[in-house]
Amino acid sequence: MSSSHFLSISTFVFALAAFFYLAALIFRKPRLTLPARWTVVAAVVATTAGLLLRWVESYQMGIGHAPLSNLYESLVFFAWTAGVMYLFVEFKYKNPLIGAFVTPIAFLAMAYASMSPNISDRIQPLVPALKSNWLIAHVATCFFGYAAFAIAFGMSIMYLIKARNPEKIEGIIGHIPKLDLLDELTHRMVLFGFLLLTGGIITGSVWANSAWGSYWSWDPKETWSLITWFVYATLLHARLMRGWEGKQIAYLSILGFAAVLFTYFGVNLLPGLHSYGKV
Amino acid sequence: MKNANPLWKFFCSVTLTIVLLLSLAITSIIGTVIPQNESPDAYLHAYGAFRYQLLSALGIFDMYQSWWFQGLLLILTINIVVCSIDRLSGSWKLIFTRSPKIRPERFTNRSDARTLTDKRNAEELVSVYEPIVARRYGFCKVTRSKDGAVIYGEKGRLSRLGVYIVHLSVILLLIGGLAGSFFGFEGYVNIAEGEATDTIRIRNTGQIHRLDFQIRCDDFSLTLYETGAPKEYRSALTILEGGQAVKQKDIIVNDPLRYRGINIFQSSYGKLQPEKMPRPETAVAGPAEAYTLNFTSRASGMNYAVSAKVGVPVDIPEGLGKFVLMAYEAETAFRGMDVGASLKGILTPTEGEPVEVLLPLKFANFDKMRGGDVMIAVANQPQEKFTSPQPAEERYYTGLQVTNDPGVWLVYTGFILMLAGCFVAFYLSHQQVCIVIEQLRKNSRVTFAGTTNRNKLAMKNTTEKMFKAMTDS
Ligand code: HEM
Repeated sequence: MSSSHFLSISTFVFALAAFFYLAALIFRKPRLTLPARWTVVAAVVATTAGLLLRWVESYQMGIGHAPLSNLYESLVFFAWTAGVMYLFVEFKYKNPLIGAFVTPIAFLAMAYASMSPNISDRIQPLVPALKSNWLIAHVATCFFGYAAFAIAFGMSIMYLIKARNPEKIEGIIGHIPKLDLLDELTHRMVLFGFLLLTGGIITGSVWANSAWGSYWSWDPKETWSLITWFVYATLLHARLMRGWEGKQIAYLSILGFAAVLFTYFGVNLLPGLHSYGKV
Repeated sequence: MKNANPLWKFFCSVTLTIVLLLSLAITSIIGTVIPQNESPDAYLHAYGAFRYQLLSALGIFDMYQSWWFQGLLLILTINIVVCSIDRLSGSWKLIFTRSPKIRPERFTNRSDARTLTDKRNAEELVSVYEPIVARRYGFCKVTRSKDGAVIYGEKGRLSRLGVYIVHLSVILLLIGGLAGSFFGFEGYVNIAEGEATDTIRIRNTGQIHRLDFQIRCDDFSLTLYETGAPKEYRSALTILEGGQAVKQKDIIVNDPLRYRGINIFQSSYGKLQPEKMPRPETAVAGPAEAYTLNFTSRASGMNYAVSAKVGVPVDIPEGLGKFVLMAYEAETAFRGMDVGASLKGILTPTEGEPVEVLLPLKFANFDKMRGGDVMIAVANQPQEKFTSPQPAEERYYTGLQVTNDPGVWLVYTGFILMLAGCFVAFYLSHQQVCIVIEQLRKNSRVTFAGTTNRNKLAMKNTTEKMFKAMTDS
């Protein structure tokens, strides 16, 4: 089997996991979350295999490089990090329903990568600028950060749904974890994401400095990652202010994730140089 | 906030921080939507005269260097400094004390304090409980009194410094950035294979900058993948000082040459068209029929080489007007100063009066003084007027980025401190626990509680475990 077989399978398995979680939530069948969890494990395994195989294949083609070099590969890697992070969170906090808000994001990333006519899934040779060990450090930190923010985003959505009727114990809302737990988990995820985004911006600048001699040049991608960073820094400080809690934090976390998405996709629509990641 | 000065209070507030961070986030968007540092022509074309004037006055076309954006950063810096001083002066004693002040009531009054009674007396209980605390807490202190004893444990006091480290790192980044923009430069130069130069052009302003050494490109090679996409650009460079080779290195993208604080990066390349191939150049020569003139547009920073015959007008690129070379003069004076051999010419801007321009051959930047929209310089003269035709093989020039940034070490220190500080601030905490033993007549009453400055959930687990250990022993 080739890497693309594995990756198509994992797209399908992510879809199945999302389906289980959503069904568990909507039909109030907590039992369904057990197969859902194992489905996520399967999806992560398939994606891991696909990515590793793709790495090997690139060497067989004589243009060996880590599978982190274009939009297709980064989307797959994003789904992988989201899956891994999610499993970690579920293992640590034992709250399977969060999956209903995270696995669909991972599935959408995979589906978008494989279906969009604009995204080529061919293994391409690296352009000279990308030949650097910083590439792996940079992409890995950024994407783990993005995955943490994606999970925080999922939990913020849950928070807002729950906050409309926190006392209700039946229905979908009844199954959502308590507000203070959601708030705490969102904050944890944002802290982790912030640390990694900081690391991602830093590795990116060190790389830029070693590749073309300036660590910051205000190109749109850099600037948008900084904007994202400002939004999450705002969130961290907003928690220190009285009156800013729960809902406001959830809104800021959603805003932050919107900035992440724009940094990732929207920037390609703007004029600029950060051609890596361009379709 | 002991200091009641309203200005101090204003800069102390976290509300101000939030306003500033959000303003920075929102205004930064502008510069990603409107391309920065383009030529005025392009802007005029895109926005029309009125909007161009307005946006240009607001510094929008170079917004990250504009007064108001830098002003926001300045206020943020003051905000951080004031806020840190204020809070650190409050918690300094708490963080750096050798013998923390223990106030048992802070713990016994907590709503999550746990109690138990035990038949053993206070002294026996101390000997049982002390190891439980000492095992987990680096600092453990027992105070005995006639009514009983207090066992106090503490760890991670220094982790309170984490946020200060983060804030310090932000300041280092800002100072490092400023140092770079004041004392450093970022320039570029194209050098044809086999040639050497010591002049580069500064990005954005187009100014000429002279290095104290020469860079020679001995060879440029381009390798392609089978698909035809570029695989590697490689330039063999030699650094020359006083004509002596002092350093030699092949550079590729991501692997620059560094010499005396100046970094030379591979950034682009190009093919020389046979007829445009520069010939070996020397400094000033005598009169010639034609000269190569360099026109530098002040607005776009672009530099154009144009060959001009004496007496024949040439068009200046970017629609900046026409220029005609009038004569070569071996001895010329400017405001009474002897400037040596010069060319004289007449510049006719698209709008405005024609002006006479003096181009002393010895001073490449001379015309900059005029402060016009275009700066004219005479490129170095061909050594021989009739060079033999170049061999037909392809020649390349290498595009180098040449930078110097004395602020970079500050920025890198800031990077490390920021990561370390964030880690400390997010994942380490200052924990305190206290066991208060009251000796009653027949037994002892024990109260136990803990506090932490963050990560309360984990602390709850710890105290639960400790309490279990206490009841079990
Ligand atoms: C770009 C600028 C800034 C960055 C990156 C930054 C970063 C941080 C970080 C990462 C934390 C820890 C948050 C947490 O643990 O949840 C923090 C806390 C804090 N920051 Fe900032 N900060 C910035 C600017 C400011 C400014 C201007 C102020 C001025 C009022 C400020 C005041 C505080 C305070 C009071 C805390 C809480 C300290 C504590 O928990 O004891 N920050 N900051």
